[in-house]
Amino acid sequence: MTGASAKSLLSLRDVKTYFPVTRGVLFERTVSVVKAVDGVSLDVSRGEVVGLVGESGCGKSTLARTIVRLEPPTAGQILFEDRDLAALSPREMRSVRPRLQMVFQDPYASLNPRMTVFDAIAEPMLVHRVVRRRESAGKVAQLMEQVGLARRYMKKYPHEFSGGQRQRIAIARALALDPQLIIADEPVSALDVSVQAQILNLIRRLCDERNLTLILISHDVAVVRHLSHRIAVMYNGKIVELGEAEQVCAAPRHPYTKKLIGAIPVPDPDKEAARLRARQ
Amino acid sequence: MPLLEVNDLRTWFYTRNGTVRAVDGVSFHVEPGETLGIVGESGSGKSVANLSYLGLIPSPPGKIVSGSAHFDGLDLVKAPAGVLRSIRGKRISMIFQDPMTALNPYMTVGNQVMEPLLVHEEVARSEAAERAGQMLDAVGLQDASGEEAHMRAYPHQLSGGMRQRVMIAMALVTNPQLLVADEPTTALDVTVQAQILALIKKMQERLGTAVILITHNLGVIAGTCDRVVVMYAGRIMESAPTRELFYSPRHPYTRALMDSMPSAKSPGEDLYTIPGLPPELTSEIVGCPFAPRCAHAVDACRQRPAVLKPVGPEHQTACTRVQEGGL
Amino acid sequence: MPDTMQTGDVTATGDPARPEKGTSLWKDALHRLAKNRLAVGGAVFLAMLGVIALATPWIAPYVYDAQDLKLGASAPSADHWLGTDRLGRDLLTRILYGGRISLMVGFAATGVSLLVGVLYGAIAGYTGGRTDSVMMRTVDIMYALPFTIFVVILMVFFGRNMMLLFLAIGAVQWLTMARIVRGQVMSLKQADFVDAAVVLGYSRRRIITRHIIPNVLGPVIVYTTLTIPNVMLLEAFLSFLGLGVQPPMSSWGVLIKEGADVMEEYPWMLLFPSLALSATLFALNFLGDGLRDALDPRAAKD
Repeated sequence: MTGASAKSLLSLRDVKTYFPVTRGVLFERTVSVVKAVDGVSLDVSRGEVVGLVGESGCGKSTLARTIVRLEPPTAGQILFEDRDLAALSPREMRSVRPRLQMVFQDPYASLNPRMTVFDAIAEPMLVHRVVRRRESAGKVAQLMEQVGLARRYMKKYPHEFSGGQRQRIAIARALALDPQLIIADEPVSALDVSVQAQILNLIRRLCDERNLTLILISHDVAVVRHLSHRIAVMYNGKIVELGEAEQVCAAPRHPYTKKLIGAIPVPDPDKEAARLRARQ
Repeated sequence: MPLLEVNDLRTWFYTRNGTVRAVDGVSFHVEPGETLGIVGESGSGKSVANLSYLGLIPSPPGKIVSGSAHFDGLDLVKAPAGVLRSIRGKRISMIFQDPMTALNPYMTVGNQVMEPLLVHEEVARSEAAERAGQMLDAVGLQDASGEEAHMRAYPHQLSGGMRQRVMIAMALVTNPQLLVADEPTTALDVTVQAQILALIKKMQERLGTAVILITHNLGVIAGTCDRVVVMYAGRIMESAPTRELFYSPRHPYTRALMDSMPSAKSPGEDLYTIPGLPPELTSEIVGCPFAPRCAHAVDACRQRPAVLKPVGPEHQTACTRVQEGGL
Repeated sequence: MPDTMQTGDVTATGDPARPEKGTSLWKDALHRLAKNRLAVGGAVFLAMLGVIALATPWIAPYVYDAQDLKLGASAPSADHWLGTDRLGRDLLTRILYGGRISLMVGFAATGVSLLVGVLYGAIAGYTGGRTDSVMMRTVDIMYALPFTIFVVILMVFFGRNMMLLFLAIGAVQWLTMARIVRGQVMSLKQADFVDAAVVLGYSRRRIITRHIIPNVLGPVIVYTTLTIPNVMLLEAFLSFLGLGVQPPMSSWGVLIKEGADVMEEYPWMLLFPSLALSATLFALNFLGDGLRDALDPRAAKD
C-alpha cells in the first residue's frame, strides 16, 4: 500500500462528486442528486500517460475538474504528492496549483480574448513569482518556441490565431509553471483532423522531454490509444475497465468497452461492411 | 440519369480581406437512391458547395459565380427563390451538425416534424400529425406511454442523439428525393453515431432517398457511402467508389488523409501530419492547390492547372502525375 | 520544428526578432464603428459639444446672468442670435451655460452609477451563492422605491445641492448597471478561461479585475452611452418640477421649463433649448447603438 503511493504521483481513492438537484424558489430543498463521479479509484505513476475515455455524461470531465478542485469532491481522497487535495483550503490549494495544470477542450474559450499571448503566458509566472518582469519576455519566447509558435507573435491576440495555434498557446501557458501533472480535457476534439495530429505529436514530445505525467481525456479512443500507457474506460461515473492501452482496445473485457470499441468507425470498407452484417 | 448533377460550380465570397474562392470548379453527381460521401477538412468547401445549390449562401457576401446544378431537369442555380423554397424541405432536405441549434427550442418536436408537411403538402393537420407520429416512431423515438407523449416533448428534454433523430424525421417526413447530411454525427458520441448512421441507412432503404453525406471522418465514409468525393481548397481532388478509394487511392492528398488517422500508426510513433497549411482562398491558385504540401510535387504540378480526369471505370483524379502514370 | 506559422509567414519580410503588433478586439470594434455613419456623426457632434462646453466662458457672447430688463423677451436678432428671455438674458449664452450643467450632470451621475454598479454587480455575480442573493434582493428592494419621492426627500433634507443631484440620480441608475454587469459576469464565469485562471492559481481579486471586468466592458460601455441620455432627461424632468438646478444657473431642463411656460408668446424660448437637448440625445443614442453593434461579439470575425 505504501509502496503504491510512493510511486504514484496521483492517487484517487473512491472519489465521488455529486451535484444536488434542487427545487423550490424561496426555500430550496434537495430532491435528488446527479452522481457525476461515483466512486473512482486510480493510481497514476510519475511519467505515465493515462487515457480516460468515455462518452458524454460518463463523468470524465467532472472527474478532471474534481482533481484540480474546480468542483469540490463530495467524498473520497485525491492524493497528489502525498497531500490530500480534497482536504485543503483554497489558499493551501493555490500553493499546490503550479504543479497541477490543465489544458481545456475549447481553444476559443480557454484564452482571455482581451489578453495578448505574452500576457497569457507570462501572467502565471509573474503571479507565482517564478520569474522577474524583465526576464519574462525571454521565458515566454522560450515556451512559445517549445510549442512550435514563432516568438514574434507574442503581442498578438487569441482571435488572430487558428484553433491549433491557440491550443499551443494554452499548452505553453500550462507549462509555464513547470507542472508535474497535466490533465488534458479533450485537447484536440475541437480541432481539425490534420491539426489534431500535430497537437498530439506536440503533447507526446513535451511529455517525453519533461517527463510529464499526463491524464488524457477524450471520447476518441483512437487518439487516446496512440498516446497512453494505460486506458481507463468510464461509464456512469465509474471506471469500468482499466488496463494496458493495447489490451483494452484489442481485447476489451467489459461489455460497455466492447460496445464502445465496436462502434468506432474504421476507415476500411470491407471491415465496416462485415461489422454491419454482424450487428444486424 | 443522375438525380443531381453539379457542374463546374464556383461560389465566391467578396469580403473586406479579398475574394474567398470557397468553391472553385466543383462537379459531381448523385444517382437516385445512392449515398455519396463528400470528404474534406474544414475550409475545403464541402459544406459551401452543397449550401450553394440549395440557395442557402448569404448573398452578400457570397455569390454563385458560375456553374450549374441540375436537379431532376431543373437548374437550381438559375432557379428563382420561390422555386428553391418549394424544393427545399420537400424534394431536397438537409440536416446539420448541431442538433441543438437546428431545432426550434420553443416548438414541440411533434410540431416541428409536422411543419414541413403543412408547408409543402396540402394536408389536414390531423393527417400531418399522424404521419409525423409514424415518422418519429420510424426513427426510433420511443413513445413509451402510447399517448403520443413523444410528440409533445421539447428539444431541450432530449439528448443529442434523440434530437438528431428528430432532425432526420423532419427531413424525411416529406419523402424527399435527396437528403443532404452535413456532418450529422460529428457532435455525437461514437455509439450514438453508429446508431444514427444505421438509421440513415435504414430510412434510405425504406424510402429510396439519395443521400449526400458530408464529413471529415474517413471511418464514417467507409461504412456508409457508395461513392466518395475528396475535396481540398474548394476543388475536387479525387472521386471514386468507396472500396476503390480506400484500397487504391489515386491522389497524394487522399493518401495523406488516410495516413494521418491515428489508427494508421502504431502507438509510440509520431502521427503523420501533412506539412504546411491549406492555401489562402483569397488568392488565385495556379496549378494544383495541394502542390505546396505534396511530397510528390514537381514543377509541372505548380504550373499546370489540375483537372479531374478518369483513371479507372468510375475513378477520377486531379493529380497530373497520376494521370500521366508517374505515380 | 515550428510547423504552424501562418501562411503569411512564408512571404513576411519583417524583422523576425521584433514582435508583430496584434489587433485587439477593441481595434476591430473601432473599425466597425467607423463604418457606421450615424454613430460617427453622433460622436463628432458630441466631441464638438464637449469642446464648446469647455470653451463657453470664452466664447459666450454675454455673461450668463447679464440682464437687460428694458429689452425683456425678444425674438432672435443680430445682437441676440437666439433671442432673449423675459429678463433680457441672452438665450444663446444661457443655452451654452445650461449645456455645461446638463452635460456635467449627465456624465457625473453616469460615472457614479458606473463605478458603483460595475463593482457591485461584478462582486455579486462572481461570488454567487448567498452573497449574490442578498446583494440582488437589496437591489430589487431599492428598485421598488419611487425615485421622485426619494429625490424629493433628499432635496428637502439636505437642501438643493448640485452634488446631491449627481448622487441622487447616480444612486438610481447604478441599480440597472449592477444587474447588467451581474448577468454578464455570471455567464462569463462559465467561460473556460476563467476556469483556467483558477487552475493557474490566481486570486479571486485578480480574476475579477483582470479577467472578468475587461470582458464585460462591452455591454457596460453600451449601457453607459445609453444611460447618459436617461440621466439628462431625468435632470430636465427634475428641473421641470422645480427640484433641480436653480436659477440663475440654468440647465437645459430649466430653460425648457421656462420656455414651456411661455411657449405661445415667446416660442423661441422653448424651441432652442429643446433642439439642443434633442440633438444631444440623438447623438448619444446613435453612438450607443453603433457601439452596441460594433462590440457585438458575434460580429467579430473569426
